[in-house]
This record gives sequence, structure tokens and C-alpha cells, in this order.
Amino acid sequence: MHLLQKIGLFLFVVALAIFTLSLGLDSYQLSPETLDISKEYQRQEVMDIAQQKGLLDKKYSSNFSFIADFKKVLKEAQASLDQKAQSGLPEGVSEWDFRMGDGDVKSILLQTTKASSTGPVANNPFLFWLLTIGLGILGGLLYILPKFIPLPGIKNNHIYHNSMTRGLKVNVRSVFLGLGIVGIILYGVFYMNNNLLWPLITLALVGLITWLVLYYEKQKTNNPTRSASPDITGWLGVITGIYLIGFYVLLYWSPHYMTAWILISDPISKVLSGNPASQWFLYGMLYTIVMLVMGIRMIAKYRHNNYQIIRTISVIFFQTAFAFLIPEIMVRMNQPYYDFKNIWPLNYSFFFDWNLNNLMNSGGLGLFMLVWGIVLAFIGVPVITYFYGKRWYCSWVCGCGGLAETLGDPYRQLSDKSVRAWKFERWIIHGVLVFAVVMTVMTLYTYFTGSYQVLFFNSDTVRTWYGFIIGAGFAGVVGTGFYPLMGNRTWCRFGCPLAAYLGLVQRFKSRFRITTNGGQCISCGNCSTYCEMGIDVRHYAQRGQDIVRSSCVGCGVCAAVCPRGVLRLENSALDVNTRTSELRAIHIGEGEVTLLQ
Amino acid sequence: MHIAIIGNGISGVTAARFIRKLSDHQITLISSETDHFFSRTALMYVYMGHMRYEDIKPYEDWFWKKNRIDLKRAYVSKIDTANKKLELQGQGELPYDKLIIASGSTPNKFGWPGQDLKRVQGMYSYQDLEGMEAASEGLKRAVIVGGGLIGIEMAEMFHSRHIPVTFLVREDSYWDGVLPGEESAMINRHIVENGLDLRLKTELKEIIDDGTGTASGVITNKGEKIDCQFVGLTAGVRPNIGFIKESAPSIETQKGILVDDYLETSEKEVYAIGDCAQIRTPLEGRRPIEAVWYTGKMMGESVAYTICGKPTPYVPRLWFNSAKFIDIEYQVYGTVLANPPENHTSLYWEHEDGRKSIRLVYDKHTSEIVGFNLMGVRYRHEVCEKWLEEKASIETVIQNLGLANFDPEFYKEYEADVVALYNKQTGKNLSLKKKRSLTDALRFLREKVSA
Ligand SMILES: Cc1cc2nc3c(=O)[nH]c(=O)nc-3n(C[C@H](O)[C@H](O)[C@H](O)COP(=O)(O)OP(=O)(O)OC[C@H]3O[C@@H](n4cnc5c(N)ncnc54)[C@H](O)[C@@H]3O)c2cc1C
Ligand code: SF4
Ligand code: SF4
Repeated sequence: MHLLQKIGLFLFVVALAIFTLSLGLDSYQLSPETLDISKEYQRQEVMDIAQQKGLLDKKYSSNFSFIADFKKVLKEAQASLDQKAQSGLPEGVSEWDFRMGDGDVKSILLQTTKASSTGPVANNPFLFWLLTIGLGILGGLLYILPKFIPLPGIKNNHIYHNSMTRGLKVNVRSVFLGLGIVGIILYGVFYMNNNLLWPLITLALVGLITWLVLYYEKQKTNNPTRSASPDITGWLGVITGIYLIGFYVLLYWSPHYMTAWILISDPISKVLSGNPASQWFLYGMLYTIVMLVMGIRMIAKYRHNNYQIIRTISVIFFQTAFAFLIPEIMVRMNQPYYDFKNIWPLNYSFFFDWNLNNLMNSGGLGLFMLVWGIVLAFIGVPVITYFYGKRWYCSWVCGCGGLAETLGDPYRQLSDKSVRAWKFERWIIHGVLVFAVVMTVMTLYTYFTGSYQVLFFNSDTVRTWYGFIIGAGFAGVVGTGFYPLMGNRTWCRFGCPLAAYLGLVQRFKSRFRITTNGGQCISCGNCSTYCEMGIDVRHYAQRGQDIVRSSCVGCGVCAAVCPRGVLRLENSALDVNTRTSELRAIHIGEGEVTLLQ
Repeated sequence: MHIAIIGNGISGVTAARFIRKLSDHQITLISSETDHFFSRTALMYVYMGHMRYEDIKPYEDWFWKKNRIDLKRAYVSKIDTANKKLELQGQGELPYDKLIIASGSTPNKFGWPGQDLKRVQGMYSYQDLEGMEAASEGLKRAVIVGGGLIGIEMAEMFHSRHIPVTFLVREDSYWDGVLPGEESAMINRHIVENGLDLRLKTELKEIIDDGTGTASGVITNKGEKIDCQFVGLTAGVRPNIGFIKESAPSIETQKGILVDDYLETSEKEVYAIGDCAQIRTPLEGRRPIEAVWYTGKMMGESVAYTICGKPTPYVPRLWFNSAKFIDIEYQVYGTVLANPPENHTSLYWEHEDGRKSIRLVYDKHTSEIVGFNLMGVRYRHEVCEKWLEEKASIETVIQNLGLANFDPEFYKEYEADVVALYNKQTGKNLSLKKKRSLTDALRFLREKVSA
């Protein structure tokens, strides 16, 4: 390792340690000023109860005990307000201004915990930004820049020797995945206020899909699956995975424990939008920075490859401008927060009532956003995908794809290439697409009729569950948390409803394909190994068959790593059917031999 | 009918797969090397940590059972052609109706003193990979003997683990028996710029024993002693037919197992394919033994048709090959010779970075194109093949050269530079009519079908 890299790694680890420890550095003290509640009756009630319980001005050295006590106060205030409301609301006060909903409780908890922090982080947020994120960027860059020194070319040495990137045995991986699914669903019971219906339906669907793949598709006998590898366990990867999973769990479901990080982001947020940071600002900022730094790594690694360089710059651009800066600037200009490149059904809340109302009430620009979103989803997607394949979005524009291609690049080899995984993929991703469409139709039905009851279900519960299980659990916790465990495109491959939609267009009506170069393939397996979507590219390449697969995101890495120049991503509608047909025997005397069917 | 196949390499496996496609015969695939077929060409990537052994197996393990191809891990010690049975070392006998021998190659050893010491080996089999892995711990220097494709792979392998390598090459320049001068020089430069110790015009004289039967150094023909703890012998391969010569003298052999156009040996119903086969009457311009992946594949396919009742001679189409020299990819189509005959001339373009080149070889009397040699640039196999088969003129080829370009999107295209070079050398004024395009290339390929 280069000396600079050692220093960089050291700085990065220090930054990560400070970042993690910063969560425990501050103390917490509730006072009338820090109680962040705008509705008067609620504020009064919470204040009274806090005082009764002796919380006011009591100093807590840990956020755990502060949050535990303050939660009790909020619960009590909630119950007491409910009770008071029973016996009649005060004159002229609506129920919503009086009673505290669960959403109110969550936001009060987060905002108040943040405001009640005092100590090194709260007092010096920018210094801590420098010590954590700033130092992390510096360390990361020092680690990455020396990668520009060696001669350009494919540098995959030691990926399977490195405990960070070598992945897990299939059975260990299954344990993690099983625990992940069960954990999220259990938490879902709590999240849905002990309503068991949707967690149970989800569990049943998980079981059904497993049964379909193993028995109906007869994959039980296809053992062992390909990516099972003897005695390989990457503990660094496991630790990284757990850290990421922990981050997402906090972010989505308990952001009040990460207020220190939100405080750190405040100064930047104020510069951009004029508002203090939320957990989503923190996330967006980290996301963009990580993509930028790891994007530089991607460019260093593939600097002989223009396709990779341009594509990486493109995803960084779309993330920085469209997902991060423009929405913040919009807010500053009192316009709706809107990410122009986020397309339904990936952007599942596009057709939610609050979003539609918000857009329609925001004048010309809001209406433009509404029309833009609809046109992009229903005309843009099929048309552009016809010309260039789904890669135009997945590998050039999308934020999830962008993170996968930058932060996730070191893990691309961990996708499972077995036929069994492919069968799972098809059931699951199309299942999610159906779920997304059904959920959206129900939401729109409610929007237009005002009735929440759609057939047997409550549309509001359905969409809450979708947001929980797909939007947060699948896309975030499993999607990114599992990078080091199951590869960098777990979400894109198994979960993304937009990928499923793009994939259907790509599979049935698109000019995009990967062509194979005659008989040059030596079946080495580099292409399959480094295909993040788990496509067994070699299967086609060694037969000289062009590849049209719905899941291919056109990252171009298979073509880049092929040591014999066999693969090329291309667009043309000509002869696509004959050239993708199975078994093209092209290099033996053709005389009596006809092509096999 | 029971078909036994000795060897589960690409040749044997291709034969088995096609026999299964064409028939219901019982198939037994025998190998003493590994339980399952793996890609020999990818062994280096396992050592370098690009892939695991699992990843270089082109088929999942259940594939064989599903396709009713019986696998047998055994060493065939004797072939009894009279009684149509095989003797499996320590595992009894196996009767067969038809036999395919696909036993591959074995590394050459030229009788060097010390060549059988420990830590002296070639790089061919899975066991060789294990040997290299075992020797790597604490290795201070490896000496590699023989400047061919496997030698440079071995050098790259050690290099990936920062183990210093001395590379002894007998010739004046790397692989100059095959590569034309400029390309060979390019690879010399590339080897050196990667920090490898390249010794041209240097031969191995002797390997030194450290007293425990293990290599501790080599002495070269120049009298120099080089300390090392590993010696890689990569001076080519030869057909692996020792066990046949001894046990089945009725199967005629020379360097390899002699086979006719239908890949049948001198014994009826015994066939030989792949690296171990020697064609009695090779096609014009082709060698009797071509130990490469592609020919093994084609032979496997041809013999499967023949065995399944559609006698099909082995007619390889144009010669092509490819390799990668550390970071420089190499592709060749048609005839490109290091020492070309008088009527061959070539247009050679090299990029200023010295790591890319395009060479078009043509007949200087008839102007017919005879070969393409590419370094660091990818060309489309089918397009080159079509030009070569049609004996297109060099001027047709260069004006349409973009059709052949197979580099990834957004890569710079150098075809216009090639045309400019031609103009400069000949005083003509041609221009490039076609750029890289799949649609155009496919249209061009279609013309063949209609013509
Ligand atoms: C490191 C390396 C890199 C290469 N790279 C390339 C390349 O890039 N391009 C290219 O075209 N070619 C390449 N080659 C050459 C190519 O791999 C061979 O031409 C090809 O593998 C030959 O296939 P085969 O099926 O004829 O024999 P093999 O693959 O050698 O298979 C023969 C099998 O038969 C088994 N066997 C032999 N005798 C017996 C017996 N008596 N009993 C039981 N089993 C037996 C052997 O153990 C072996 O498993 C490379 C070779 C090596 C070693
Ligand atoms: S097939 Fe190739 S281009 Fe498509 S996703 Fe896989 S690696 Fe990327
Ligand atoms: S296409 Fe290339 S990378 Fe894939 S198996 Fe063939 S030679 Fe290897």
C-alpha cells in the first residue's frame, strides 16, 4: 500500500470513529425554549407533564435516558389530550390542533431532542463537520488518489483475498438475510401499531415466493448454488454491513438518536436552503459526498475506459444537482421540494394526495412538475428505453444506481449468479412492481373519491406499509446495508419497481443489447463475476449469443473486465431475434450441420 | 450406447454437451484433475484474487446431473481397445462403446538439470495452481523460464502479489516467433514498465538444489546465478499422451494422437480431440496441433455430430486467437506471421502511447487482405472473418474499417488515422467511409447471406 493510502486510511478511520462517537458526546437538557412544539395546547400539556415529572432543566448525559424519559412524557401528554378531547374541545380549536397524532410525537421527539442538545457537538457543529465528514473526505481522497499512479487497466487483484470484499458463504449470507427480513417484519408490527394484517400478508408472500422458486421452479435440487464458496467469510464486510444497516435503521425509524449528526449538517443546510437540517438533509449530504469521493475512485479504477468515466460523471452530476442542490434551492425559493429525475414508481409517493396537492397549489412551476413527472413515467421511460435500454436511467441518472456504482463498486462481485437467484429475482421484483401499482391505484382512488376503503383494504394503511417495507426496509436497510453481504445492486435487482418496468421494456422492445465477439470467449467468468446484476453473462458469451436481459443495467463492467474483448454494449434493432437465439454454432464448417434448436 | 470421454476440459465437455443435445447416449466424463469442468484459461484469476475457483466453473454443479452426464473422478491408466474398456487406476474397469480422448497437454521439460526438484513446476493444471499458492508464502523471487503466453501469465500472477519475477526468454524479443517485431517490442516495453525483470536471449542451464531437493536458484546460459525459491517452466506444452503410448500402442501417435478429418484415430470408434490431437492432413495454412481453447471447442462439436450419426469433418474456419499481456489486450484474425513470406506486406499503425496498435497484413501483389493483428484495440470477429474469406482488397477494408471496431462506446476510434497512414505511405487519397456502428456491421454481415 502506498504511504499516502496508509495515512488516508488512518484519517478515515479516525473520522469514522469521531463521527460515531459524536452521537454520545453531548448532554441533553429540556427547557421551555428547546421544546419544539408549535401547537399551543400540545405545548402546554407537554410542558406541564414534563414539569410534573421533573424533566425540565434536568441534565441528561446520554440521549438514551433523555429520549426514554421524554418519550414517556409525550405518551402521557398524548393520552391526556385524547381524554380531554373526549370531554369537548375548547372553543374554535380543531381536533388536529389539539390532539397529538403519532406523527406529531415523532417529529416533536426528533426536533426537541435536537434542540435540547448542549455540548461540544451542538456548540461547534461546523468544527465537528470538519472533524468527521471533512476529515473523512480527506482520508478517502488520500486513499483513492494513489490509484491513479499504476498503469491503467483492470485492477481487480486481491478482491477475493480481502476480507472487506470477498463476501460470505451462502449459508452465512442466508442467515443475515433471514434475520434482516424477520427483523424488519417484526418491527413492522410495532410500526403499524400492532396491526398484524400487513406484516402477516408480507410474511405469507415471502413464504409463497420461496416455495414457488424452490418447488414450483424446481430450484431446490439445483444445489449448491453458484456463489456458495468454501470457507470464505469477510469479517470486515460483515462489520461494514452491520454499520450500514444500523445507520439506515436509525435514519428511517429512530432519527432522534442521530441528532448530533443532524446538528453537524445544520451549517451547510442553512447556507443552501436557509433552514436547519433534517435527517433527510443529513442523508442527502452524506449520499452526495460519498458518491463524489467514491466516484473519483471509480474513475481512477476505470480511467482507461471512457464509457465508465462519462457514466460516473453523469451519475454524480444528477445526484449533486438534481437530487441534492436543486430541491434545496427550490425550498429556498418557496417552491415544492422536487427531484426532477426521480420517476414513479421508484418515487412511490408521487401520486400521494399531499404531493399532488402540494404541486397543484404551487402555481406554474408546481403544475410543470406534475406534468413532467407523469410524462417522464409514461412516455419518457418507454421511449428512451427503446433507444438506449434501461441503462439510460439505472446507470446514468438514478441516485440508487449511482450509489451502487460508486460506493457499491467494490462489492459488485458479490451478486449471486445462480439460476436459483435469478428465479427469486423475477418473482420478487415483479411482485414489488405489482404492489407499487396496486398501492398507487388505491391511493388515487382515495384521492378522487375521498373513500379510504378500497375493496377490503384501507388505502392509507396499504401505502404506509409500502413506505415502510419497500421504501425504507427494502430500498434502504437491505438495499444498501447489504452491499457487503449480497452485492451492490440488491435493491436494483430484486426490489426496484421502476427497474422492473424499465426491464420489461428492455426485454421486449428495445434496441439495446450486449453483443458477443464471435468465438473469442474463453469462458473465464470475469464477466459473470463482476456483473452486479447477477447475470451469468458467460452463459451467453461462450455460445456466441447476443444478450438481452431485462435486469441488465448496462453498467458496461462485463465488457470492461473481459480479458478477450468479447462483449460490447450496443444499440440496434437489426437481427436482434436471430442473434439472441440459443446456440449459434458459427465457427465450424457449416456444410451438413444445421443450427441446433 | 455408452460413450466414454477421457478429460473434462473444454474439448471433452463440449463433446459431451453436444452429444447430449443430439442423442440419448450414456455419457461418462472422466478426469483425474477435478470433479467439475473449470476454465483453464482463468486459473490465473483465481491466484490473483479476481475470482474464486467456484467462479471459473462455467456450469453450476447440478448441471451435469440434470443433463445426465456422468462424472467420474479417476485416472485412466490403460485403454484396452480390443475389449473396449478402460482401466481406472484403483477403481476397476469401465467398458465403453465409443471413446473420445481429450486428455489435453502437459508442460514441456527439456531435460534441464534439476527440473524435477520441488518448487519447480509448470502452470497448467489445478494442482499447479495449488503448487504456486503453496510456494508463494514467503517467496522472495520467482524465475520464469520461457516467453510464451503462459509465462507472461505466471509473471503477472506473482507480480500481483508483489513477488519479484525474473523472466528468462530465449528469443531476442518476447514471443517473437509469433508476434511481428513492433508488437513484440511493445510487449517487451510493457513487461519492463510493469517492473518485471525481463532477460531476453537468456536460457536456463540448470536449476540449483538447496540440498533438500528444493530449488534455490538457477544458472543461466550466460553463467549468471539467480537466487530464487520457485522456478516456473513455461516453455510451451505438448500433448498429454504418455499413458496412451504405453498402454494402447495400437492407437497411432506422433507428437499427438493422429486423427483423420473426422477426428478418428487409427482405432475405429476411438476419437481424439483438443490439445492432444494431431491432425494428419491439416488444412492449408493450419498446424497439425493447435493447442488453443477455440479449436478444442470446435473439435468437440464436430466429433459429437460424427458420433451421433451425422459424420462431420473438422473444418475450422479462419484462424483467430486472443490473449492479454498484463494490461494489453491482443486479438488476431487470419494470417499474421512473425516472419512473413515475401508477398505479405503490412500497414502498421501504433498509438503514441505505445500500448495500442492496428496491423493489417495484405498480399502486396493482389492487395488481398490476409490478416488483422490488434493490440489494445478490439475488432469484430465476424467482420474481419468476412473480409478475409472474401479476400477483400486492402483498400476496401480500410475504407470500411470502422465496421470492424468493437471497442466500447465513447472510445476513440483510430480507423481514420489508419487510413491517413495508408494515404501517406501510398500517396493515395482514400477516406474512411464507415465508423463504428452495430447496424452497419450487421447490414454488412447480412450481405453475405444474400450474396
Ligand atoms: C494458463 C493457461 C492459459 C491459457 N490461456 C489460453 C487462452 O487465453 N486462449 C486459448 O485459446 N487457450 C489458452 N490456453 C490453452 C487452453 O486452455 C487449452 O488449449 C485447452 O484447455 C485444452 O483443452 P482440452 O480439453 O483439450 O484439454 P485440457 O483442458 O487439458 O483437459 C484435459 C483433461 O484430461 C485430464 N486427463 C488427462 N489424462 C487423463 C487420464 N489418463 N485420466 C484421467 N484424466 C486425464 C486432465 O487432467 C485434464 O483435466 C491456456 C492454457 C493454460 C494452461
Ligand atoms: S450484463 Fe454487463 S452491462 Fe449488464 S448489468 Fe451485468 S455487467 Fe453490467
Ligand atoms: S465473455 Fe469475456 S469475460 Fe466473459 S467468460 Fe468470455 S472471455 Fe471471460
